[in-house]
Amino acid sequence: MKSLRRMLRDRALLTGLVIVTLLVLAAVFASPLSTFPEHVTSFDPSQRLKPPGERFWLGTDRMGADIYSRLLFGARLTILVAVVATTFAVVIGVPIGLVAGYYRNWFSDLLMRVSDVFLAVPQIVLAIAIAQTLGPAIQNVILALSVTYWPFWARLVYAETRSLRNEVFIEAAIAMGASPLRVMVLHVVPSIASSIIVRTTIGMGATILAAASLGFLGLGAPPPAPEWGRMIAESREFLPDAWWYATAPGVAILLVVMGFNLLGDGLRDVLDPRIRRGGQRGG
Amino acid sequence: MADEFLSVHDLSVSFGTEGGVARVLDQVSLSMRAGEIMGLVGESGCGKTTLARAILGVLPDNALIDSGTLTFDGADLLHAGATEHIRGRAITFVPQDPFGSFSPLFTVGDQIAELMRWKSPDRSPGERFYARARRSADMERTLALLRAVQLPEPERLLRKYPHELSGGQRQRVMIAMALLPEPKLVIADEPTTALDVTIQAQILKLLRRLATERGASVLFTTHDLGTAWEICDRVTVMYAGQEAETAEVVDFFGRPRHPYTRMLLDSLPTQGAALRGIPGEVPSPYAPPPGCRFHPRCPRATAICQDSHNAAVEPVAGHSVRCHHPHEWAAT
Amino acid sequence: MRLLALAARRCLWMPPTLLGLTLIVFSISHIIPSDPARVLAGENAPIEQVEALRRKFGLDLPLPQQFFRYVTDVVSGNMGISLYTQRPVADDLLERLPATFELAIYAMILAVLLGLPLGVVSALRRNSLLDHAVRVVTISGLAMAAFWLAILLQLLFSMKLNLTPVQGRIDGWGPDPITGFYTLDAVLRGDWEMLGSSLRYLALPVMPLAIPAMATIVRFTRAGVLNVMSSNFVFYQNAMGLPRRVVIWKYILRSALIGTLTQIGLVFGNLLAGAVVVEAVFSWPGLGTYAYNSILQSDYNAIMGFTLFTGTVFICVNLLVDIAQAVLDPRGR
Repeated sequence: MKSLRRMLRDRALLTGLVIVTLLVLAAVFASPLSTFPEHVTSFDPSQRLKPPGERFWLGTDRMGADIYSRLLFGARLTILVAVVATTFAVVIGVPIGLVAGYYRNWFSDLLMRVSDVFLAVPQIVLAIAIAQTLGPAIQNVILALSVTYWPFWARLVYAETRSLRNEVFIEAAIAMGASPLRVMVLHVVPSIASSIIVRTTIGMGATILAAASLGFLGLGAPPPAPEWGRMIAESREFLPDAWWYATAPGVAILLVVMGFNLLGDGLRDVLDPRIRRGGQRGG
Repeated sequence: MADEFLSVHDLSVSFGTEGGVARVLDQVSLSMRAGEIMGLVGESGCGKTTLARAILGVLPDNALIDSGTLTFDGADLLHAGATEHIRGRAITFVPQDPFGSFSPLFTVGDQIAELMRWKSPDRSPGERFYARARRSADMERTLALLRAVQLPEPERLLRKYPHELSGGQRQRVMIAMALLPEPKLVIADEPTTALDVTIQAQILKLLRRLATERGASVLFTTHDLGTAWEICDRVTVMYAGQEAETAEVVDFFGRPRHPYTRMLLDSLPTQGAALRGIPGEVPSPYAPPPGCRFHPRCPRATAICQDSHNAAVEPVAGHSVRCHHPHEWAAT
Repeated sequence: MRLLALAARRCLWMPPTLLGLTLIVFSISHIIPSDPARVLAGENAPIEQVEALRRKFGLDLPLPQQFFRYVTDVVSGNMGISLYTQRPVADDLLERLPATFELAIYAMILAVLLGLPLGVVSALRRNSLLDHAVRVVTISGLAMAAFWLAILLQLLFSMKLNLTPVQGRIDGWGPDPITGFYTLDAVLRGDWEMLGSSLRYLALPVMPLAIPAMATIVRFTRAGVLNVMSSNFVFYQNAMGLPRRVVIWKYILRSALIGTLTQIGLVFGNLLAGAVVVEAVFSWPGLGTYAYNSILQSDYNAIMGFTLFTGTVFICVNLLVDIAQAVLDPRGR
């Protein structure tokens, strides 16, 4: 209860929460909320490149489709990619970090070396190479992003597990004969869960930005999917006249990424007692 | 009183935190004479560190001084703030943590030189440059004092980084740094808690001897009654943000008058006796009991103890106790 | 001497990391596709050509043998021929490196020059109006897609206001390179007109790279300064009455900067990654535009070469940052 109250007091966290909730609502209720739900797949060439107005709230694109409606359906794609790719990255990264952090042998060194090598290439560059090899499709974007982002979780979990390994309650659990698996799942994971949650929230924002970049480069979901990054790429040949065409999807990306970042920062303040603000040493 | 050069009167300090307002010092009064070694004892959380910080003028940002006065050598420390001539010069500091109190990025010598640049006894107020003559005089003084704190090869030590020194060595350097400005008062905040038990006594005796030789007073906080007994001239005990009793060290241990002091001394392990604790718990600073904060645990408490704790009994032979129902002075 | 040994020890990690990088790129190019030769030849190539490529590049050999061959090729600087430019990929990349570096270095300089003071000041004046303003800029800077910011800037400054050129790197044909950094070349030649021209072309593409980088630097510097400010040695120095300006500008700043320095490697990686999309928007003739065109043309060798090359550059930058950090922080020695 106390932490819930603190959460609601934190303005950054609240803003993040509102934005992310709105994103989810937009994705779930894309059809009823959109003014031209059919414009995801069928178009109206007679209406192409109309500026924002009463009929088309955010204007229309080069095919005469309503940008506002396409943005709403794009939210679905964005959430799908972000959630699935991040989940995969967590599912790969967390166990690797746990095992590498719990044991101290050549195998854990090897695991960490491998993740270091992955971190040694800028993530987007690696994702571009993978997505290009696999071809433009939404499942390939997801694959490329999870393959490149898992080391972030492995590194985090590794470092936290290493420092927990010397804690008395972990040593006690081991001394009482708990199996390594039991210690990891029942003792280590609950202790580092808040760090993982924070990292995952911020990771969602990073994944969305990366996915948008892939989309912009033409490596995302193929048309006519309403992918935000691709919409911006398409708009370029109609500048400077169709300014709304480039602006609207970019604002959508900005807001959503900002939402996840704010949420993550706020959660860190609330969940992580080590860096909680206003900490006090008495005496 | 002419010889009373540090005087704390009715000092109350609160901390504003997320959980509410905590009053960590509640009408504390205390006085120190020039040249004496005074111990400030109490459990952790009793307010002794806050009192030390208040004297140094470095309370945290969320601290609020509710009332009281704090004078040192005739200067009002509370309102004028510790000036350039007082902080680091007339009053110096030995920290609790010799590990973290050095910057890891500069050599020990650089950090001592920085201190001497601003706080050397030879420095005249407002001096902007560190003249060569003063620098070499300060160097001589530093080397002499490092030898006095029994650090071998001081020239080599000055070129080392803090992490290359042991905890004991670092605390010796800290003591040297506290004495270099030739202060009148050294505040030592649990100076040996972070060290091995075996070297604690050495360091404390060193501090006592050097301070006495140089005519500096020491206000020394500790939670360990044994060390207070060993090195202090006088002792003040604090409980939950209030001072309970002040006496010469022999009287404090020999004939304590405050019920808390009694119970505290009785709780010390002695040979052949069973361990005795004090029943009850230390109150939370967020919601302390009214009046004397010890009364819920005190066997002698009556209704008047809830109203105020301000009934300081007239001191007998410098033995002051803040209690409505103290034990008789003669009782031992 | 001790520093030299340390640098040598850090350098020892280079070969295994580079080998690991090569293995990753090899896996992407040789193991993921069901038929690498087909990918290499292009979708519409006749079957004979595919088979010829397969034999030529040894794609019918067992995988370990293929990897060995790949590593020897890469070490000798052979990254294959670009399908699109019909030149060795390595030559293409080296030729375009200065353009990207010039862009990235100016972006970095701008980010550091703005980010450091802003980070320090907003930490010192915590919760002031300035701190809040800086926070808003930082949060937006980190959430913006670089290519979108690039397009908006282009739209506003080049297309609407006509203040800066829309795309390219310099007026007319590029001069014969001395260093390949046009601004530096112009200074070396004393050609001020050329300097002005190249700066005008640089101004816009630098911004979308510099802004997120600056946001990262502000964030870490601010957090670092706040962290050091609550450390015990700062408390000690305050208790001993050292002048506040000395404590802040000498002791706090130096500690905080080491923390920020560790982020420089990360920031540089982001700059390289951001360069792909930002260069594409401004047709800046660097590695990014090369990668972008290669994606459009499905120029396979070129993309793998780009990945390998960028990874190597990034590893080298991180090595330098590591060594610099060890030099500045005596505990690391």
